[in-house]
Amino acid sequence: MRQKAVAVVGAAETTQLGVIPDMSQIQLHADAALNAMADCGLRPKDIDGVATAGETPVQIAHYLGITPKWVDGTSVGGCSFMIHVRHAAAAIEAGLAHTVLITHGESGRSRVGTIPRSVPPSSLQGQFEQPYGPMGPPSLFTVPVLRYMKTYGVTEEQIAQVCVVQREWAGKNPRATFRNPITTADVLNSRMIAYPFRLLMCCLVTDGGGALILTSAERAKDFPTKPVYILGTGESVETPMVSQMEDFTSSRAFRVAGPTAFQQAGISVKDVDHLMIYDAFAHLPIYGLEDLGFVPRGEAARFIAERNTAPGGRLPLNTNGGGLSYMHSGMYGMYALQESVRQMRGIAPAQIEGAKISVCHGVGGMFAASGTIIFSNEAP
Amino acid sequence: MPEPSRALPQPTPETQHFWDGTREGELRLQRCDGCGKAYFPPRPFCASCGSRKVSVFKASGKGTLWSYVIHHRPVAGFTPPYAIAVVQLAEGPRMMSNIVECAQTPEALQLDMPLEVVFEKQNDSITLPLFRPAKG
Repeated sequence: MRQKAVAVVGAAETTQLGVIPDMSQIQLHADAALNAMADCGLRPKDIDGVATAGETPVQIAHYLGITPKWVDGTSVGGCSFMIHVRHAAAAIEAGLAHTVLITHGESGRSRVGTIPRSVPPSSLQGQFEQPYGPMGPPSLFTVPVLRYMKTYGVTEEQIAQVCVVQREWAGKNPRATFRNPITTADVLNSRMIAYPFRLLMCCLVTDGGGALILTSAERAKDFPTKPVYILGTGESVETPMVSQMEDFTSSRAFRVAGPTAFQQAGISVKDVDHLMIYDAFAHLPIYGLEDLGFVPRGEAARFIAERNTAPGGRLPLNTNGGGLSYMHSGMYGMYALQESVRQMRGIAPAQIEGAKISVCHGVGGMFAASGTIIFSNEAP
Repeated sequence: MPEPSRALPQPTPETQHFWDGTREGELRLQRCDGCGKAYFPPRPFCASCGSRKVSVFKASGKGTLWSYVIHHRPVAGFTPPYAIAVVQLAEGPRMMSNIVECAQTPEALQLDMPLEVVFEKQNDSITLPLFRPAKG
């Protein structure tokens, strides 16, 4: 074990997920944080580091009664929490903090106590994208996909398969929002949102939250929970404007964050037992599988359609049902991290037997940012 | 009651030349005097090499259809379905725009089809660059 290796010792989601109209956004953070503290037997006075996105660390520390000596307010969209894990691990290794709490809460559906989001008309997006009629992620995140489909000859049917397979995983998860099986035809007959994307190719919009507590691996053995060690981490950003991505068939941020994490962990894709790839839309697992090196360019859609990532397949992917079927509050990365932790603890509803390494890969904005975390239940 | 307008840009000192250009019927890009790279969106330096020695030039207005979605939800100033497109400009950069004088269907909107810029006045200060299928 490295002297200062870091582990997740507390992890929890909000008590409820889905539609939670009686809780404001900051209370969703707090509900998840209190659950995570209860998970590992800590109280607010035991926490000396706070990281969060959406809300600020100031609001979260005050609300929970924490006096931190380290904070991180990195807020780059749904992968902010992967990046918080990376920064928290570095802070713990450097001795800047001993016990870090990372929180997420979002009233994505009920919109109780939320912070209004708008694009300033003087920003580059406001000047050079908004005038052409986009309305949020369904009309922007999807813009590169026709170029990907033409480049690699990928069909709408193949993209629909991503949704079908993930619904199979959701069917095994009592907490998933959508659990009934769907067919390729169901996906292709669902309402058109932004061609070629139909309703069932787009994530849910729900309320919820999650929290993680990290400390040094040396201390982790003193906690009641099974430690989940952090083997490697990576992060990057590319552009706030999807129209300015270098390559419409691949994310530069993915290609930096992923390999950085694998290199630090000293593992290859062949060593991975369980994988989470943030799926705000059906093309994200396709881009992620290719950019992280699990399959050659242009082959991910076929890889998924051939059931390699489905229950019983050799690379279980998005085993909670993903943003497409489990839940998606807006910044889904926290829920992907929670599922990786559950799998490494051996307590996931769709548990992968014997899994020892889990890779959790997030996206922020519209291919704007990325964070990758590699977990293991074996001490490094 | 007038139709609600689409979202309009608010120029900044660094982008004013672009919006002055569209008002005058020119698509203006920038090029680095050092490394020669043409770039977009506007900024008074080259993000490839960091040089502040850059020039504004009039682009050809020619391009091809790089990618798009056809949006089916209502947005102020638009009648769905309408395409939100990215144009590959002849000079190298890409920019988001709308495709006009063309059916907003997958059959009519073929990737890599040649396009040319047209200018659509929104008000006295803002004219947007849109693209239509190239005529010859």
